[in-house]
Amino acid sequence: MIKAKDVHFYYGDFHALKGVNIEIKEKTVTALIGPSGCGKSTFLRLFNRMNDLIDNTRIEGQCIVDNKDIYSKSIDVDTLRKNVGMVFQKPTPFPKTIYENIAYGLKINGYKDKRKISDIVEKSLKDAALWEEVKDKLQQSAFQLSGGQQQRLCIARALAVSPKVLLMDEPASALDPISTSKIEELIYTLKKEYTIVVVTHNMQQAARISDNTAFFMMGELVEYNDTKKMFLNPEKEITQNYITGRFG
Amino acid sequence: MKQNDKELFLLKEKLSTMWQKVISQVERSKLALFNGDTCIAEELLYIEKEVNSIELSIDKNCENYIALFHPVAIDLRLVLSVMRISLHLERVADYVAGIAYFVKDEDCDSFFKKWKEELGLEEVYTTILNMLTTTWLAFQSEFIDNAKSILQKDIIINVLQDKAFSTLSTNLHNFDNYEIKCAMKTLLLFQKLERTGDHCKNIVEELVFYIDAKSLKHKI
Repeated sequence: MIKAKDVHFYYGDFHALKGVNIEIKEKTVTALIGPSGCGKSTFLRLFNRMNDLIDNTRIEGQCIVDNKDIYSKSIDVDTLRKNVGMVFQKPTPFPKTIYENIAYGLKINGYKDKRKISDIVEKSLKDAALWEEVKDKLQQSAFQLSGGQQQRLCIARALAVSPKVLLMDEPASALDPISTSKIEELIYTLKKEYTIVVVTHNMQQAARISDNTAFFMMGELVEYNDTKKMFLNPEKEITQNYITGRFG
Repeated sequence: MKQNDKELFLLKEKLSTMWQKVISQVERSKLALFNGDTCIAEELLYIEKEVNSIELSIDKNCENYIALFHPVAIDLRLVLSVMRISLHLERVADYVAGIAYFVKDEDCDSFFKKWKEELGLEEVYTTILNMLTTTWLAFQSEFIDNAKSILQKDIIINVLQDKAFSTLSTNLHNFDNYEIKCAMKTLLLFQKLERTGDHCKNIVEELVFYIDAKSLKHKI
């Protein structure tokens, strides 16, 4: 489903990713872990070409989503971003109503039938485990929601346009334990339908939610393994030192 | 030393102390049994309570460590192994207490003195002590390359138990009521030692899980 083949990435002269090879299976959760600045968020952002928005960057190698090299000239970036949704560390709702936050993406993707839009809004909010909490206040500002609810709203917004892949960059790091637990439950439920890649600094979270874990360090993919294996018996000593907190 | 490492170090130290106490208990139970020394038997029963208390303390420390440090990889394997090994050691100490009661009873002293050599008890004790000491050393050095050979020692104990059973049952028709009762008690004693060997085997499996991250359970 998602592949990286000998991917190198540069911010100007800085070599941020060094020959990363990975194959992520469909409908699984993959956690990207590693110390700050190791390249995991850079790697995540490659898959919906968010790094294109940063000046003076360069990529080598191939990033493949659904058997297509997403950096080939024939790729329409808007379509790619519809298929590969992204959720950020801080919730980023639009300054609109809860309803409009979900409907907005549908409208710019050409949906006009109000009934259909309402159905998708409801389904997306249900899939994001938010419907019961907001069904009576859809016309309220999204800013009136709690941080955890805002984050689930952002997930619902990403789900509304029917992506195949969800990229999440520390989606629960700014949330309290209850909201974090809801997001984790949600990720677990969503993997039945979506391929999910999550960047996290929380080792326990990576262990709890992911099927596979990739450990990055200084731009290199050090180890990519089944999460259970990774957290019980990692192959590389450096991985063990990192996950047990003996790093550096 | 980081707090995490300090906690693990203390946990290992506590298990090591328990281990040494249990080795000493087994050694002294041999002395008590072979010499019919009831004073040592009393002492064994007293120290068994200390072993129980260390086991409880290790349990508590492991619970706290898991709750506070969320261990993974080698740290997780260590804490799980420490919990299980302490349980096995506590059971060994229980069997030693059983032997102490046998000695304190003094009921079958003369019968036991007559048969102990023929039953191969000396070899059973030597094998158990060897297993306990070798595993303790492996735990200290975090290196176990002789797991299979230690595990095979358990087979020696089983063979000796079978031999003892055979020896006593062959002679059963020559025994009077007192001797039959003592033969039964001696076989029960053997069973305690055989179970001790089983626990030593389980300890080896735990060490291999901790050190080499491999499971030997039900494989050898």
